[in-house]
Amino acid sequence: MSTLQIVFVLLRRELTLAMRRRGDVLTVLFFFVIVASLFPLGVGPDPKLLRLMGGGVVWVAALLAAMLSLGRLFASDHADGTLEQLVLTPTPPVVWITGKILAHWLVSGVPLIFMAPVLGVQFGLSNEALGVLVFSLLLGTPVLSLIGAIGAALTLGLRGGGVLVSLLVLPLYIPVLIFGAGAVDGAMSGLGSEAHLSLLGGILILAFMLTPWAVSAALRISIE
Amino acid sequence: MLEGKDLACVRGERTLFSHLDFTLNEGELLLVQGANGSGKTSLLRMLCGLLMPEFGEILWRGEEIGAARETYHAEMAYFGHAPAVKEDLSATENLDFSCRLAGIPVECDEVKGALGHLGLGHCLNLPTKSLSQGQRRRVALARLMLVKAKLWILDEPLTALDQAALQLVQTLIGEHLHQGGMALMTTHQPVMITGIVPKTLALTP
Repeated sequence: MSTLQIVFVLLRRELTLAMRRRGDVLTVLFFFVIVASLFPLGVGPDPKLLRLMGGGVVWVAALLAAMLSLGRLFASDHADGTLEQLVLTPTPPVVWITGKILAHWLVSGVPLIFMAPVLGVQFGLSNEALGVLVFSLLLGTPVLSLIGAIGAALTLGLRGGGVLVSLLVLPLYIPVLIFGAGAVDGAMSGLGSEAHLSLLGGILILAFMLTPWAVSAALRISIE
Repeated sequence: MLEGKDLACVRGERTLFSHLDFTLNEGELLLVQGANGSGKTSLLRMLCGLLMPEFGEILWRGEEIGAARETYHAEMAYFGHAPAVKEDLSATENLDFSCRLAGIPVECDEVKGALGHLGLGHCLNLPTKSLSQGQRRRVALARLMLVKAKLWILDEPLTALDQAALQLVQTLIGEHLHQGGMALMTTHQPVMITGIVPKTLALTP
């Protein structure tokens, strides 16, 4: 079977599993909504202030939600032995790791992208800014899954891995946050968001090429 | 075919075993014996390529297994402590996915046949979380039947099985060996396979 077929089978398996455990997917989505909704309650109802910080708040909430979902990426496969069996298939690890990350993004990143405009409206973002917000998330959330996978692989099987993963991964998320929120800001202030979006795209390409190798190395260490 | 040369395993500060040599050829069964904690599972994981040996080398058809990873993994099947069964999927889905991921497309009838052979014909479509420990291990054993690997590496395949299943598994191993396969296993139970005199490998520090 070709590598593409393997990725396709893996995607089908992961999506079937996600459908059987819809609760996990919904938890992440509700977490995203609640975190973003807490800010207006905290800082007060001034529309100007909310419009100014809307993009950043939605992005921070997306970051935290993505991190919350990282535990699922490899942990359950590790616990029931399927991860070992995947390592022992003739397929190069990078292939199925890419498939797993892609599935993770589809299950926990894509719902955030769909929900983001609703939250944006809550902050009074302009239509153009909403479009940029969605587009920046479309470019940025795969990076969150890709980078997060390294942290998830490194902390596999450790006690208190959840806290450790946030310490490892959050600093690496900073560039994505800066350019993602910067793009929305640019659209709001009329400065344009092309530069930020191009940089986000660049980060995505780089992460897509490099992180599966890093994850593969990390998994080898964790499985030993 | 499978050769271990001067293998050693060190976990933490402790040397579990050293200077271990063995060969395994077609139609042979190797029983790895040793007390609890003597490094049986470590040896098996090493032979799979999941664990790097501290010392020595493992050869498959004369090639180091790390160098010949793809051909080796295509011809080997590992049955570990964890049954590698997804709780939210049914037995048939589990086998279908794991065979396809191993690069072996299987027909639905084959999967049902293998599960029926292992006495799971009545719970093909139940999610495996509703199956018992022994039944889950049977699902994992059905995978061995389907992937048709040359080398079976079995870590305590006989635990949590009832008498009938014990007999069945030993028959399966016997058939596999008679067809030119080879098997390497650890167990604390007596193994009786007709026509096969197993080799033994004792692990001592």
